[in-house]
Amino acid sequence: MIEIQQLSKKYKGAENFSVSNLDLSIVEGEIFGLLGPNGAGKTTLISMLCSLIKPTSGHFSINDLNYKEHKNQLKKLIGIVPQEYALYDSLTAYENLMYFGAMYGLKGSILKEKITNALTRLGLGDFAHKKIDTFSGGMKRRVNLIASILHEPKVLFLDEPTVGVDVQSKNVIIQHLQELNKKGTTIVYTSHHLNEAEHFCTNVAIIDHGKIMIEGKPKDLIENQPKANNLEDVFIALTGKGLRDHA
Amino acid sequence: MHKLWASTYKEFLLLTRDIGGIAILFIMPLVLIVTITLIQDSTFKTIVESKIPILLVDNDKGAISETIFNGLQESNSFEVILKEKEVIAKELVFKGDYQLAIVIPENLSSDLNKKVTQNVEGILAEFGLEDESTETPKKVEIAKKEVNLYFDPATQLTFRSSVKNGIDKMISKIETQSIYKAFQEQISDDEAGVVFDTDSFISFKEIMPKSEGDKELIPNSVQHNVPAWTLFAIFFIIVPLSINIVKEKSQGTFVRLRTNPVSYATVLGGKTLVYLMVCIIQFVLMLLIGVYLFPWLGLPVLDISGRIGLLFIVTIFSGLAAIGLGLLLGTVAKTQEQSAPFGATFVVILAAMGGVWVPVFVMPKMMQVLSNFSPMNWGLNAYYDVFLRNSSFIEIVPEITTLFLFFIATTVISIIYNEKKNAV
Repeated sequence: MIEIQQLSKKYKGAENFSVSNLDLSIVEGEIFGLLGPNGAGKTTLISMLCSLIKPTSGHFSINDLNYKEHKNQLKKLIGIVPQEYALYDSLTAYENLMYFGAMYGLKGSILKEKITNALTRLGLGDFAHKKIDTFSGGMKRRVNLIASILHEPKVLFLDEPTVGVDVQSKNVIIQHLQELNKKGTTIVYTSHHLNEAEHFCTNVAIIDHGKIMIEGKPKDLIENQPKANNLEDVFIALTGKGLRDHA
Repeated sequence: MHKLWASTYKEFLLLTRDIGGIAILFIMPLVLIVTITLIQDSTFKTIVESKIPILLVDNDKGAISETIFNGLQESNSFEVILKEKEVIAKELVFKGDYQLAIVIPENLSSDLNKKVTQNVEGILAEFGLEDESTETPKKVEIAKKEVNLYFDPATQLTFRSSVKNGIDKMISKIETQSIYKAFQEQISDDEAGVVFDTDSFISFKEIMPKSEGDKELIPNSVQHNVPAWTLFAIFFIIVPLSINIVKEKSQGTFVRLRTNPVSYATVLGGKTLVYLMVCIIQFVLMLLIGVYLFPWLGLPVLDISGRIGLLFIVTIFSGLAAIGLGLLLGTVAKTQEQSAPFGATFVVILAAMGGVWVPVFVMPKMMQVLSNFSPMNWGLNAYYDVFLRNSSFIEIVPEITTLFLFFIATTVISIIYNEKKNAV
């Protein structure tokens, strides 16, 4: 589904590569977790896969479509849930979704029905016509997610979709993502919540300094790491306990 | 098309949800135009209707000083106050109590008469027409005279030159009359008889363009101010428009749009349509103010008869030029702190260059050349063509074409810049 070959990114003025000669293969139908400390290169990798930033070198393709030649086709194929709330504060949830749905070419009763269903499923049916600036963080995250899935993407990229939300909202989001995955959507997601990733992902890759440190099923990674009881132990063993502050 | 419509509707919603922003967009230009017109009109009235007190020191006590005194009084622009001594008048003017003091030198009238008579006799002698009964008088050297003008240093140059020209004209007239009189005395025995008609042969008639109904278009402060300040307000749209784009970038919605299958041109198209509507509404409000509010405030009425269609055409193209600039600024700027002050200052610069404040023809040569590059200058010329020169559509085509090309150029640059910056 997603084939990444020797993909690298070095930002202008940076000393090191954010992503360095990265090879990765993500199979269709997976829930793939990209895990790593701050500045490991997770967001850079996702941004490249979503055509938001230009790779310095290397290639990738999604559903056999090369990113250089099929930019517009790829955009229809993917959905992205960005880290920040990418919504218009002064518009209602419904108005935001009508707009972003229209940007995917959806219209009329089909779009309205999709919006109503999604809002209801994610517990926002009663807030459809309320402005986003009145929403809590968890509610915004849910609308943020709906705006990315209205067009039923084949691949959904999520950059820390549950950061800063309460447990209830997190559960609703995870549950919904699992439903989407069952319907055939491949999910690529980054998170700092290792416990969440351990239970949610079918496959994970731990990334650090722009390189894949290890990749596999969470259960296998835990089993293969001496003294590891969970994914967090594996993560610490591979990336260390030192702080990763960077500016 | 559906995406463009959706983008337009979204922009409309964003704009209408910002009540404060709408108030600034629509009310501030109206406040501006009313304030400026009231100030300019009252300044005009001050010059025309109230009298400026000036000092006159009459050392001559003759025909010339009498003519100057009467001329100044009759001009209705000045209240002439007589002073005995030049020193006092000078001091009062230099202290700023008066704008001007005119000091007429001693024996100006008599010396002018002597000089003229001498010249006339000289001319007649050359033609052999001198009076044989009288001896040719000896030529006496008459010293040149100076009328001293003392101006308050704070007085504007335009006022100085117009006063100087006025006095010069009065003295020239007296000189001419003296010459005629001297000739008459030399060639006619009947002193009371009129040989020469000393009235001005040439006079001025100001002719203005006529409108369709053969009505003469008479420019007034409103006809000048409304187009100039409407244009200024229209161009101020670059500030909210650029902020709108920068905000979208900082909010993260722009990131989402970049991952959506929608072109940047479509996103900008939605903004263009909505902000063009804002420009048109601004213009309509300005017209309504000019037609209905101005007369109520004692200002001249804005005459738009027979020109409404062309005015809207100019507004649309001026609005597009302003929007193009706003799109470019919003695309290039990274923060609101960059776009807002730059946008506001840039509009003021463009207005100054474009002739909104000072007419282009009085600008220094270099600024006159630069003014050709200001879209406000193109828009202002197009408005003046319609408002004051009674031009037809064909005559405004060069200006509106330039405005449209400016819109296309700025929009294309915005799209290319965005593509290059976000190229993948």
